[in-house]
Amino acid sequence: MQRIESGNVAAALGVMLAKTQVVAAYPITPQTPLTEKLSELIENGDLAAEYITVESEHSALAVCIGAASAGARAFTATSANGLLYMSEQVHWAAGARLPLVMCVVNRGVGAPWTVWNDHQDSISQRDAGWIQIYVNDHQEIIDTVIKAFRLAEAVSIPVMVCYDGYYLSHTYMPFDVPDEDKVDAFLPAFSYKHTLDPEHPENLNTVTMPFARADRDGVIQPGYMDIRHNLHQELRQALPIFEQIDSDYQAIFGRGGSPILSRYQCDGADYIVVAMGSLSNRIKDIVDELNGEGLKIGVLSVHLYRPFPQEQIIAALRDVKGAIVIEKALSYGNQGALFGDIKAVLYPCAQRPFIHSYIIGLGGREIKKADLYDAIKASCTASETFEDTSRWIGLNR
Amino acid sequence: MDDVKCIIRTSNSKPGPGDAGRTGSWRVERPVIDHQKCTPAKRQKSSCYLCWLYCPDGVISKELEPKIDLEYCKGCGICAQECPTGAIEMVEESSLIEEEKRSHAKN
Amino acid sequence: MNQQVTNPVHLTAEEFMHPGNRACSGCGLSVLYRIGLKALGRDSIFVVPPSCLTVMQGLYPIAATQIPSLNVTFASTAAAASGVRAALKVRNREHIKVVAWAGDGGTSDIGIQSLSAAIERGEDFLYICYDNEAYMNTGVQRSGTTPRGTITTNTPIKGKIQRNKDLPTIIAAHHPTYVATCSAAYPLDFYNKIIKAISYKGLKYIHIHTPCPSGWGMEERMSITVGKMAVSAGLFDLYEVENGKKTLSGPSAKLLKREKLPRVADYFKTQSRFRALSEEQIAEIQVEIDAKWAGYRQEQE
Repeated sequence: MQRIESGNVAAALGVMLAKTQVVAAYPITPQTPLTEKLSELIENGDLAAEYITVESEHSALAVCIGAASAGARAFTATSANGLLYMSEQVHWAAGARLPLVMCVVNRGVGAPWTVWNDHQDSISQRDAGWIQIYVNDHQEIIDTVIKAFRLAEAVSIPVMVCYDGYYLSHTYMPFDVPDEDKVDAFLPAFSYKHTLDPEHPENLNTVTMPFARADRDGVIQPGYMDIRHNLHQELRQALPIFEQIDSDYQAIFGRGGSPILSRYQCDGADYIVVAMGSLSNRIKDIVDELNGEGLKIGVLSVHLYRPFPQEQIIAALRDVKGAIVIEKALSYGNQGALFGDIKAVLYPCAQRPFIHSYIIGLGGREIKKADLYDAIKASCTASETFEDTSRWIGLNR
Repeated sequence: MDDVKCIIRTSNSKPGPGDAGRTGSWRVERPVIDHQKCTPAKRQKSSCYLCWLYCPDGVISKELEPKIDLEYCKGCGICAQECPTGAIEMVEESSLIEEEKRSHAKN
Repeated sequence: MNQQVTNPVHLTAEEFMHPGNRACSGCGLSVLYRIGLKALGRDSIFVVPPSCLTVMQGLYPIAATQIPSLNVTFASTAAAASGVRAALKVRNREHIKVVAWAGDGGTSDIGIQSLSAAIERGEDFLYICYDNEAYMNTGVQRSGTTPRGTITTNTPIKGKIQRNKDLPTIIAAHHPTYVATCSAAYPLDFYNKIIKAISYKGLKYIHIHTPCPSGWGMEERMSITVGKMAVSAGLFDLYEVENGKKTLSGPSAKLLKREKLPRVADYFKTQSRFRALSEEQIAEIQVEIDAKWAGYRQEQE
């Protein structure tokens, strides 16, 4: 059924269709309408879930951790400083191998305070061991939230679905709301392996030695490093599993096919602009204009950011002349976040493009058409070699 | 197809004794119960059991002649301190170990 | 459902924890935990933050506890317990008791926010705070419940300058279903209060004074004796708060009949952690205790 709603509502409808059982959330701009919609859906009976109105984001994720450990499908959502406040729990949920889903409504981090969009919040958590997916429009929001539950439960790794604050959370777009019956067929009821159960008592997530150690039956069990290694391995294995899940989704709902990366005009392109989130769609317009002027530029939108799609990035970028990474986050003191990741995977390739890095739109700094046009054109037509660092667009405006 | 082929690795412990090994080795003193003074032993009737109640490690058996599991008794001495008839004495491990060695050598 | 008991003879011999665990020799927590589990039974799920109990319950892969337990981050005990309860509710398994066990640090300091919120939300679980009056697991640092004058590793020479938080009173001001104070030295009183608490819905809070030979500076064998002295001196009172009414329990209620309580100075003498207390400070504390008990006696009339 087609509806015109905000991105936050799209997310809430996805959570409802997934028959989430426990929701815990703390209000923070620009996530609040998502949680408000969930409250409404629960109170009017459309979603049979427990909603825990926690007193902080740290507690929000704590409730989800408790709920998932005790066998329920759980969800939370946050932004910016809320995500940072729950950072301890973010690491915890990954290490505890809990199949949680969290929407991060992307917003810049303080200090100083900002309520406007950039990606620094979720990017700052990229090393924690969660699956991270960045979506570009409202249809992708609702579809990805539903897929995220199935993915999380398939691999026992929590999933972060990230969408741009304001640009997506608060704008209205038409999108299809999947049929409940079809979602039920796609997403089975929650069942998780290490559920707290008096029939089979276990002590979960306790202190784990640096070394492997014998259990009560004398069987050697792993140490901390082995458990963490396992998380990393299985996080990497989540990529083909996500492709299969997306394929199943496409078979039922007729949408999908590019779960890892989306490509626009990339066939035969000399240059490819790489971006994440709604910015990707804006860049398509710019690229159309530049292609009209005779250039051959494509747009690559990265959806699955963690695990980092090493092979797919290499395949997409290895043979072009130049890759232009435009992003809304960085590793301070070093360089653009996505830029660094792309450079690293291309390093071993005998043949590789130049890679330029642009930082744009931090704290919601307006992204003008001219900014994108000038930067992309400059990179594609540059006679000199760019410095190997990130260029910031739109400063002091 | 959706299931991960590896076993999910979390630290989930199963119940069992001896997480700290043989904690009986912590002892410097060992409780010795004089069943002549011990109330349930003397009366041959379920009674008192304060040593059993207060034992932090649950290594005293709840029976007419309470016995101590020396594998795990840490030798805290709470039982001796709290016994209302003074039936429990804390005896130095070293002297008892010597005695046990001697009797073991004899056999 | 278990009945209350007044005699160890009637207490089940079934054990719910394993020996050979990492609790210190003579640990007060070990006594109360062992007896408390007999009141709770196997249809329980525990939530445990970093604390002595974390270590006592066992390091991976051996669990000294026989109850399914969830280890959680320090500040989140009450929130995680709320999540566990929510899951049991949606899965129609509400007969399972949810019990949070946290230390004084994890309750009065870092954990107070999430606990305060859980009570305000009317969450349904039992929260047990075992109060050994410092961060014992990390080596005896001062906490919000460390009494004034106590030597800890953060207050190593002068002793703690500030008074402790009166945590049970703070919790009672939230109007949870049930508040009780207990002592590890009176395990049957603790057992009985658990039985009562778990028969109620809503948030139940039990605060239990927990002697710690390692951190208090006394012989291991003295845990129960010293715990009892704290109660007989009228320093730590055993009571219940229900429907806004506070009632002294057993060993504390008995003290109402006495005109003069044993001197608190004798209690302080048993532990080296109180060595920095001056005569004046002890006298001040005695005055406070006497005034408190005069107040209790007046309420009785």
